[in-house]
Amino acid sequence: MYQYDVIDREFLTDRSNEFRHQVVRRLAGDLTEDQFKPLRLMNGLYLQLHAYMLRVAIPYGSLNARQARRLAWVARTYDKGYGHMTTRQNVQFNWIKLKDAPDILDALAEVDLHAIQTSGNCIRNTTADPYAGATAEEVDDPRVWSEVIRQWSTLHPEFSFLPRKFKIAITGALTDRAAVKVHDIGLILRRARDGSLGFEVIVGGGQGRTPYVGPTIKQHLPAGSLLSYLEAVLRVYNRHGRRDNIYKARIKILVAALGAEEFGRQVEEEWAKIDQGRADLGDVELARIRGAFAQTPFETLPARSEAFEAAKAASPSLARFARNNVKPHKKPGYAIVEVSLKAIGQTPGDATADQLDVVADLAERYGLDDLRVTHAQNLVLPHIKLDDLPAVHAILEANGLATANIDLVSDIIACPGLDYCALANARAIPIAQDIAKTFADPDRAETIGELKIKISGCINACGHHHVAHIGILGVDKKGEEFYQLSLGGSGAEDATIGKILGPALPADRVAPAIDTLVDTYLAARQGEERFLDTYRRVGLEPFKEAVYAQAD
Amino acid sequence: MPKLIKLVGAKDEHQAQWAEDAFVHVTDEDAIPEAGDVILSLTRFQAEGDTLLSSNSRRVGVRIEPAGEVEALAYDLPRLSLVALAFPKYRDGRAYTSARLLRERFHYEGEIRAVGDVLQEQAGFMVRVGFDAFEPNDGSSPEAWTKAANRFRHVYQRAADVRPIAADERAAQVEESAL
Repeated sequence: MYQYDVIDREFLTDRSNEFRHQVVRRLAGDLTEDQFKPLRLMNGLYLQLHAYMLRVAIPYGSLNARQARRLAWVARTYDKGYGHMTTRQNVQFNWIKLKDAPDILDALAEVDLHAIQTSGNCIRNTTADPYAGATAEEVDDPRVWSEVIRQWSTLHPEFSFLPRKFKIAITGALTDRAAVKVHDIGLILRRARDGSLGFEVIVGGGQGRTPYVGPTIKQHLPAGSLLSYLEAVLRVYNRHGRRDNIYKARIKILVAALGAEEFGRQVEEEWAKIDQGRADLGDVELARIRGAFAQTPFETLPARSEAFEAAKAASPSLARFARNNVKPHKKPGYAIVEVSLKAIGQTPGDATADQLDVVADLAERYGLDDLRVTHAQNLVLPHIKLDDLPAVHAILEANGLATANIDLVSDIIACPGLDYCALANARAIPIAQDIAKTFADPDRAETIGELKIKISGCINACGHHHVAHIGILGVDKKGEEFYQLSLGGSGAEDATIGKILGPALPADRVAPAIDTLVDTYLAARQGEERFLDTYRRVGLEPFKEAVYAQAD
Repeated sequence: MPKLIKLVGAKDEHQAQWAEDAFVHVTDEDAIPEAGDVILSLTRFQAEGDTLLSSNSRRVGVRIEPAGEVEALAYDLPRLSLVALAFPKYRDGRAYTSARLLRERFHYEGEIRAVGDVLQEQAGFMVRVGFDAFEPNDGSSPEAWTKAANRFRHVYQRAADVRPIAADERAAQVEESAL
């Protein structure tokens, strides 16, 4: 993993001091809330329905044990004992007092964590494949490039007041676990036929009220030219993105208005004028960053673990966990372990302070001091020896962390919704809990197979409902919470925006409607089809009929 | 009349001071004064700039609104003492690009002045893209600007200034330790 050096640390100290000074001025009344708002937002501090919310950046979703323990400590000391994993691999604390915020940021800075650019119209925390450095699928480690972008984008003097927020996601694998096609910029690492490393550059994807799957504007950008090319994209956007209407200010609107071809042409024209030798990172620094990620001390192990096989044969719960939460690793004898934060009836993506400590301990003891936050609001222990899986599973199970439901019907993404968020129209968490309870039977959930349900409490789509196999959008109808269902979306490599099923449903009809959709799918399923495959084959109609026939 | 703050001293150690403002902002509706240094809109400059500059006795600056493109000034820059870049709202960040292009692409060496909704919180960003004069809108003092402009000991990305970026500092450390 990348380790902060003295430069990175002094930078955070300077940032922390700046914010402390600003909070003092606010508390003394020298700054009005209006003047203070942009300053606190630049430090990830939002004013929500009940309290301040602090969003902590987890660069490319990657944490070590010490950092996870510090997050647990913050949750225990300054919050109500839990933290919330976001769909952009960050961690949010929902019950923060303004006067505590500078102390929290100091405490986070001690372990190289911060809240810089987790809000505001700037380049946000870059997200990446949570299996980076562990999956055999990847052509290159996306963390290397995410770290390059982290540094380049941090307090960027030209791009800190963009028309709107700007999100970049990177994957190095064919299976897209970072939703790169629905980001402002999506980067896919690829090797050209001659073996040279490059990026497919996708620009102008996004969700919110105008969802787009982003078009590719460059098939193969030489990897070493990443920063100069990003500079060109951001400059075209900064100059020409709309600023007259907040809902039309994202880059996707500019790309759609110009057309991908014309936008790409403008970027090329700007890129040609940039002094690349100056803008791009030198090989020495690139090698330094790459080296930091290359030093994972894997052992040479047999591909098969007799201990694991025996334990699995003896324990149905371990066997179920292995089927659903354990993924293949690039090194023989290792596995990637998904830790579900979607226990039935719990708030999706919440982890208690104790749970964070448990996962930190596991990472330190069994997992090469590495853990990840996923955009699906779960945690990942990316490097667990097969031999250690029984022990790891037992500890997870004892702490309510072994729910074997990754990518299954109860692995629901949900935004904080009206329980916390000042923007929401409707609650998302209770809907997720209802649905999870409806599908609490793990055998049935496995029979149903991969089914990605995502819930947003408003059109801003933080819950990624547009790209869900079944999406649920909370709407307000004359003061009552209603939910609009959509089908057939995907945020993965086959990215698609879902189609609206029909009129919105009241809250108590959502879980039964999902049940009906699932029954319709199971009746129509051919062979090993996933819900999404069946939907794509048979279309919207059978599902629509099944759900709305009940109402008539 | 807003007071003017200017950067003085070495390029890598910013010192802000009060400065006398010899220039007058002339709106498109105003008559151009008989004498003295003036700042005109781009449109006004394009119409009347030649005449004014040929009189030779005064300096001329141009004010560019965020949507205006500095490329339009490319051939006039050697004759301009000042380019004022407008911030109608502090959130409108187009002028940062304009300043950077003036310095990096057009090698403009005259004054680049921030006008409009100019706050001390922007100081660090502004000085890095090439602004060297400010008409603050928040009553802030040169001391506050000096502090804000020097707040961070390190920077991560190249801009229009001469500061070594983190990568340069690291390379220098490596060289030093190799000696």
